[in-house]
Amino acid sequence: MQTGLDIKTSAMQPSGLSRWLVTTNHKEIGSLYLIFSCVMLFIGGFMALVIRAELFQPGLQFVEPEFFNQMTTMHGLIMVFGAVMPAFVGLANWMIPLQIGAPDMALPRLNNFSFWLLPVAFGMLLSTLFMEGGGPNFGWTFYAPLSTTYAPPSTNFFILSIHIAGISSILGAINIIATILNMRTPGMRLMDMSLFVWTWLITAFLLIAVMPVLAGVVTMMLLDINFGTSFFNAAGGGDPVLFQHLFWFFGHPEVYIMILPAFGIVSLIVPTFARKRLFGYRSMVYATASIAILSFVVWAHHMFTVGLPLPAQLFFMYATMLIAVPTGVKVFNWVATLFRGSISFELPMLFALAFIVQFTVGGLSGVMLAIVPADFQYHDTYFVVAHFHYVLVPGAIFAIIAAIYYWLPKWTGYYPNELLGKWHFWLSVIGVNLTFFPMHFSGLAGMPRRIPDYALQFADFNMVSSVGGFLFGISQLLLVVVVVRCVRGGKPAADKPWEGAEGLEWTVASPAPAHTFSTPPEFIPERDSPSRP
Amino acid sequence: MAEQAAQQWNLPLGVTEISREVFSLHMVIFWICLVIAVIVFAVMFWSLIRYRKSRGARSAHFHESTLVEVLWTAIPVVILIAMAIPATATLKKIYDPSAADIDILITGYQWRWRYEYMQEDIQYFSNMSTPIEQIQNQNEKTPTYLLEVDEPLVLPVGKKVRFLLTSADVIHAWWVPELAVKKDAVPGFINEAWTRIDEPGTYRGQCAELCGKNHGFMPIEVKAVSQQDYQAWLAERKQQQQQALASADKDWTMADLMSQGETVYNTYCSSCHQVNGAGIPPVFPALAGSPMATQETGRTDHINTVLYGKAGTAMSAFGAVLSPSDLAAVITYERNAWGNDSGDRVQPAEIKTVLEGGNEAPQSAMIKEADDANRS
Repeated sequence: MQTGLDIKTSAMQPSGLSRWLVTTNHKEIGSLYLIFSCVMLFIGGFMALVIRAELFQPGLQFVEPEFFNQMTTMHGLIMVFGAVMPAFVGLANWMIPLQIGAPDMALPRLNNFSFWLLPVAFGMLLSTLFMEGGGPNFGWTFYAPLSTTYAPPSTNFFILSIHIAGISSILGAINIIATILNMRTPGMRLMDMSLFVWTWLITAFLLIAVMPVLAGVVTMMLLDINFGTSFFNAAGGGDPVLFQHLFWFFGHPEVYIMILPAFGIVSLIVPTFARKRLFGYRSMVYATASIAILSFVVWAHHMFTVGLPLPAQLFFMYATMLIAVPTGVKVFNWVATLFRGSISFELPMLFALAFIVQFTVGGLSGVMLAIVPADFQYHDTYFVVAHFHYVLVPGAIFAIIAAIYYWLPKWTGYYPNELLGKWHFWLSVIGVNLTFFPMHFSGLAGMPRRIPDYALQFADFNMVSSVGGFLFGISQLLLVVVVVRCVRGGKPAADKPWEGAEGLEWTVASPAPAHTFSTPPEFIPERDSPSRP
Repeated sequence: MAEQAAQQWNLPLGVTEISREVFSLHMVIFWICLVIAVIVFAVMFWSLIRYRKSRGARSAHFHESTLVEVLWTAIPVVILIAMAIPATATLKKIYDPSAADIDILITGYQWRWRYEYMQEDIQYFSNMSTPIEQIQNQNEKTPTYLLEVDEPLVLPVGKKVRFLLTSADVIHAWWVPELAVKKDAVPGFINEAWTRIDEPGTYRGQCAELCGKNHGFMPIEVKAVSQQDYQAWLAERKQQQQQALASADKDWTMADLMSQGETVYNTYCSSCHQVNGAGIPPVFPALAGSPMATQETGRTDHINTVLYGKAGTAMSAFGAVLSPSDLAAVITYERNAWGNDSGDRVQPAEIKTVLEGGNEAPQSAMIKEADDANRS
């Protein structure tokens, strides 16, 4: 689809570093997001390894408790806001225009701005570690008053960086919605879109709904710290629990922001390698929307021990249990897609299958956590740490890796190295489960989260978790090796490198040229739609 | 019993009716989840093995089935309702602290617990007693490492005990797994929980809400004893408090103040201001060499800061929670240790005068701040 006009505009681009600084091309910005996310993954991962090294044995080993708290806080903030979210935005940038037949994102300059806000935000956040009094040390959930009256002086910088990262997310979400709603190729209805596009559309609405709440809550912190207000200070008529209500009204949709696009990715990869249409396309869309809507009415399940009244506890328990229903539908649909398929196990499929199993483990422990009386025993223990890491690491991050392996041939024109990729897969699976599965047991046995030292009966579980953590962390270097080698060369990939793949992205050349779909592609619902009869 | 550091894989059964109900809820939901997982993964892995392309599998063409989809939406709903019913019943019991025999006010501090027996006029702090040498790996760790305190909470078995929880600084959470009680201690608010312990024994727990740097070092120890032993303990405890009160009336020597002061300092102050008085600036200021602790002009501010805390900072008020003797001793210690050598002595009588709002009550900026905070 390359035209002479495209080549001329490419030639007008500045070269070198400033090319990346001013680029408005969705593919280049997508790559920037993915590279940024990878850097953050390794920084956040290094912090995780500091934590696991300290917890390898009981007793204080390497770091002081104060620094340990900074590590747990920064690890959480960087992984959530710096690694997982930007990775999904990067995939959205690359693939949404290609999947809906659009030439670029709807607002290309805004796109550039949303990306370049991120290095600023995270550069500032990381710089707090070198400030007097240290970086944020109050957990990624930064509960007041630990994060206000009792916080280190660098907290103002933390607040500013959250603001900037939040603006980046909101602008990115606006751009994605504008692109999906306005720039689909003629004839493509909403119910003709791939599930990756669908899940991202819903995710973008979640982002727009909750990011301003996060901005509000950090602004209230800023006022409490610097301007003598008492939003979260009971002595001034405020309420520390108000902080938690506001934070989790943002925070719970936020965890779905980090998993819905993963559902979309898996819903593309499983049919591709089962060579069979996705089972229940419509129910997948409805389930995604239900999860998104329910996510606004379950926030207090993070707060079962703060002393909510009984009726509130009951409401949030029932609402939380309900989420299991649409989530279950998704898992059943994937399994039904596999059933009577023609299955092969390429790299993306391996990671997607591991996602289904491991995410289900995390989902089931989530059902256990919903039972309030039992949650009184699980709350703030390693059982919770196991639960949310199962949905986020062997869940969301595995889906991101699956997506990278799935679309690398389209991005680079070459297949990723199968042998190295398989090593990466198996080491990751073993490492991640060694790390997080024993945490279920240490949590049930009574180990609270966020402690730098622990009683002797937790020692064996922690040692296994630490060994697994280092194995998982180090094996992610293989991902970098595979991707770098794939960019440089390898087995050439066809335009449609996977036999069972469907969708418009496979109609353009591999590697995808800088400009695609300058004229809208033909879309015939009876042939191209995932919901075709 | 929690005395051994035995490897444990599951929740404890516990020693109360509620803890046993919670345990059975936990096991029921666990088995339900396990069965669901086994069924889903069995179908999934069977499909992966049976329908491999390398075995020549050809894919079928079905892609929806209303009946199946309705079924696998409805069946989970039924399972969840079945689960919600017993959970609701247990939760209602947990939420009924009425008709309690004993009321205990539990206050969280960075990083210790304070227990107040509301009907008995008994109150004391409970600090972790694990020696620093064990934490720093110089001595061998004992089986109750990090789970032991100087003064446990003593409760009688068979009585309904109501806990009222609050905090003096940040949010803490009071958790003893074998009682299945976990409740946040929120500054400025009071939460309720209750327990009735069936068996005498020692039950250990930890703070379960991140509360700053020593969050991992504020354990809870509950000693459940017979009614008889409980009464004996109450009497003994009251006598101890009388003695401590009486000691405030005598004139203390420098040596006595310094030795008592060192003990108090290392228990209550050193976690922030450090054993050597160097602090961790800027959040926790140094005391060694500070003008407040060395100069005569800083003396009033020094006393006021310890007694009333400093609003807007991590320094909490100790005037109402430590005895006048301990306060006098620790202030004297701070004014003379680590080369501060002011030679200054603060007597318990002086502290009592200040606390009773006597003629010398100094109106410094800090005391006003503390007052403002209390009023508003």
